[in-house]
Amino acid sequence: MEWLMWFSRPENTKPLALIIFFVTFIGIVVYVYGSKKRSKRLESYRDIPFLDDQEGTKDKQ
Amino acid sequence: MAVTTYSGAEQYNFDIVKKFAVMSLVWAVIGMLVGVYIASELAWPFLNFDSPYFSFGRFRPVHTTSVIFGFGGSALFATSYYVVQRTCQTRLISDGMASFTFWGWMAAIVLADFSYVLGYTQSREYAEMEWPIDILIELVWVTYLIVFVGTIMRRKQPHIYVANWFYLSFILATALLHTFNNLAMPIDLFSMKSYSLFSGTQDAMTQWWYGHNAVGFFLTAAFLGMMYYFVPKQAGRPIYSYRLSIVHFWALSFMYMWVGGHHLHWTALPDWTSSLAAAFSILLLMPSWGGMINGIMTLSGAWDKMRTDPVMRFMIVALSFYGMSTFEGPMMSLKEVNALSHYTDWTVGHVHSGALGWVAMISFGSLYHMMPKLWDTRIYSRRLVEWHFWLATIGIVLYIVAMWISGITQGLMWRAFDEFGNLQYSFAESVAAMMPFYAMRAIGGMFFLTGTVLMAFNMFMTIRQGKRESAALDAKLAAKMAHA
Repeated sequence: MEWLMWFSRPENTKPLALIIFFVTFIGIVVYVYGSKKRSKRLESYRDIPFLDDQEGTKDKQ
Repeated sequence: MAVTTYSGAEQYNFDIVKKFAVMSLVWAVIGMLVGVYIASELAWPFLNFDSPYFSFGRFRPVHTTSVIFGFGGSALFATSYYVVQRTCQTRLISDGMASFTFWGWMAAIVLADFSYVLGYTQSREYAEMEWPIDILIELVWVTYLIVFVGTIMRRKQPHIYVANWFYLSFILATALLHTFNNLAMPIDLFSMKSYSLFSGTQDAMTQWWYGHNAVGFFLTAAFLGMMYYFVPKQAGRPIYSYRLSIVHFWALSFMYMWVGGHHLHWTALPDWTSSLAAAFSILLLMPSWGGMINGIMTLSGAWDKMRTDPVMRFMIVALSFYGMSTFEGPMMSLKEVNALSHYTDWTVGHVHSGALGWVAMISFGSLYHMMPKLWDTRIYSRRLVEWHFWLATIGIVLYIVAMWISGITQGLMWRAFDEFGNLQYSFAESVAAMMPFYAMRAIGGMFFLTGTVLMAFNMFMTIRQGKRESAALDAKLAAKMAHA
């Protein structure tokens, strides 16, 4: 279990955390903006609030 | 995207939304009235009446609990139940559980407010409730999580709309924050008094981890959920960029958790912790402004609505205040600025530019949009909405300008030295210098409260109008049926 001690030192965990989080963030940005086809699909979700605009859906409890 | 059209045979549970919406206005009036009273106590101290029951110390948490959890919380329950049903195109999973969240939440706030006036508090900012009330809140919150997640799980729309992400992150984060911040040991099973599990610096860190994330997830992420649904609906056009909303969500959710330490600059907290918090606070500016731009640009091509639609104006001004306070916050988290601003009224002004300018204004806008729809009618008076808008805006400006001047004056007076190296001013002299600004702040609060009372009246009349129209329609139908 000696290897666990490596994580107890801030000089190790700080850059490790930086790498993990930075790579994750870049991954999200690449996922969101990286493909034209995916971009088109993601942008189509903008219309969801307007899909059930029919009136007369009130709950008359 | 699969387009699942709404089936008329299925009904939403709007009864629970109506209850929370009405109570959010009731709590807004109560909470802001108490706020104006305590602001007046600072300006005109005779209002304390030498009674502990009227003292600032006991009334202040009544104000914060009533506006944050009563008004803000109820508005969030109402809008989240409304948005999750309409964007998932399904009914809430359980009417009984939803009803429990309503009665449990109302009971928690009433009990908390009475307990503060009676002198019971665990002295944790925005979490003053003692342990029995904390347990009630825990039960309500877990039920809320089950209702919300359960409803999402049985959605008819394959994609979960981004507003629901923000609402869910708020529910999850609040559950975590509430649980760990309130770990305490009661002194007796039948006593209200308890002591925190943490002590010293750890206790301070736990409190501000809670405190700033209450701002981040309760007062920001959740209201962004509101923004991502109601701004497009009111504008009649979809959100400017859905992809930007995704980056906004992940960046905001990740960064907020780290910033609590900036409340503890220049204290016993390790220096690296508060420096890290300051660094993340600066980074937060980017997602915050990304979200603000996304909201404001939704109006691109329809700017005339700013002139013609007072409800839209509430929303856009809310986003502007969101941008302003998310610029001011990171600036105040810098150690050098904080050395001047901390413990002064500047902090109070900053909180209110966020709470009144962002949280209250986006809630007002969303409620003005939603409530007439719930009762199937139109707003009773648009002129009153206009009046409300201007009263609220003038009130906020008076409030924050007073607190800026007062806070910076305080900070400068506290650290002024004379030629011998002694403090130039006594504390009492700095208090005396604040008097005109405390009066100005109280007057600003009165403006804001008056606007809220107008809204409550307007919505009361709107509901009455909706009920009358519904009754008239029913009578007409009944008459037609009788003649058929």
